[in-house]
Amino acid sequence: MYKGGKIIVGLVIFLAFLTFPFFYNMGKANAGPENLDANLKQAADSQCVEPADYMRNNHMQLLNQWRQAYVRDGLTEYTNSQGKTFEINIDTCTKCHSTGAASNTSGVSNPAVNEVGVSNPAVNTSDQFCVSCHDYASVKPTCWSCHSEPGGATK
Amino acid sequence: MSINRRQFLRRAGIVTALGLGGSFAITGLRGKVVEAAGEAGYKTSENALEAKHWAMVVDMSKFKSEDDFKRVTESCVSIHNIPDFGNPKDEIKWIWEDDYEHTFSGGDNEYLTESFKELPFTVMCNHCENPPCVKACPTGATFKRPDGIVDMDYHRCIGCRFCMGACPFGARSFNYRDPRPFIKKTNPDFPTRTPGVVEKCTFCVERLAKGQMPACVEASNGGLIFGDLDDPNSEVRKIVSSKFTIRRKTDLGTQPSVYYLVGGEDHA
Repeated sequence: MYKGGKIIVGLVIFLAFLTFPFFYNMGKANAGPENLDANLKQAADSQCVEPADYMRNNHMQLLNQWRQAYVRDGLTEYTNSQGKTFEINIDTCTKCHSTGAASNTSGVSNPAVNEVGVSNPAVNTSDQFCVSCHDYASVKPTCWSCHSEPGGATK
Repeated sequence: MSINRRQFLRRAGIVTALGLGGSFAITGLRGKVVEAAGEAGYKTSENALEAKHWAMVVDMSKFKSEDDFKRVTESCVSIHNIPDFGNPKDEIKWIWEDDYEHTFSGGDNEYLTESFKELPFTVMCNHCENPPCVKACPTGATFKRPDGIVDMDYHRCIGCRFCMGACPFGARSFNYRDPRPFIKKTNPDFPTRTPGVVEKCTFCVERLAKGQMPACVEASNGGLIFGDLDDPNSEVRKIVSSKFTIRRKTDLGTQPSVYYLVGGEDHA
């Protein structure tokens, strides 16, 4: 192989760079979200809008459907698979899914991270429901840049 | 090591079949999961106010003092988290006061006195039957509902401002800055907006869905009359069909749903 030595050395260096993050983080597994029920205002055995398993996997689709129904189709109520009816509102979620601690409009109790160019001085400090998973999964929804934080609702 | 054409084609065929088959299997599984939740349903609230064509009549005889205008505007500002940036360039307007000359521009007669030209009028989004803003919007963020209301979906707005250029009434405002610090008192039951989003009057769709009249109508002490223009027995229809009302810039063909009753006498 023409200049084989240099090529092989180059490849080794390249591979070392490529795999560096894997070796660097090896054995340092990020702790997953735990004890989510502690962030619930309701008893753990009461059911969410749909069964917990379904919500865990599909809450984002459900939220999108709710948004479509409420904003665009003018349908404001959702009847779940067991026939129970819920008001389509982000407050319906945060009524349970928040610790309800220190709520104000400056975003202290944001249940999800929001860093997208808006003036929430205290983002990223929450250990609340959405954020515990969303931080772990590095998913940053922008709900709270417009919607009120839990505890803000008067209903 | 070399393969002939026959071997190559056979292997390629196997790989393709595996790939396609796999993706079909996965799509099929996913379809079943979605179906499991398919029995759920969406509906409107029992209390919701419904109509075929929501419309408003502005009875100018009820707008006499500065306070009448302010009360109506304030009711909207307070429930919709409308910021006050303190300068006209960034101003966010849902319902506001303008003078005769700008409200009904076009058919002026040249002998109008200055005092007539400066007569105040309450103006807002006209919820046109033929809304140019909806045509201009590239994302469908602003859309016409079956009940005639031209609504905004802030989730979809990309801030291109085509709608602002298209609207002949200046009824749309753009958030050039983050509105949150400029909201006097935040109403937690209504979302705020983000920078880069256009907003406007929505005839209080969120209140109609709960069975309430628009906030400005409630605050107007009868100065604003709201109802179904398609219903021959509704108050708005009676006024519009039997009194002299004018609409803004009708020559443009947008067919506004906001009528101005300027006769001055009491209506039906």
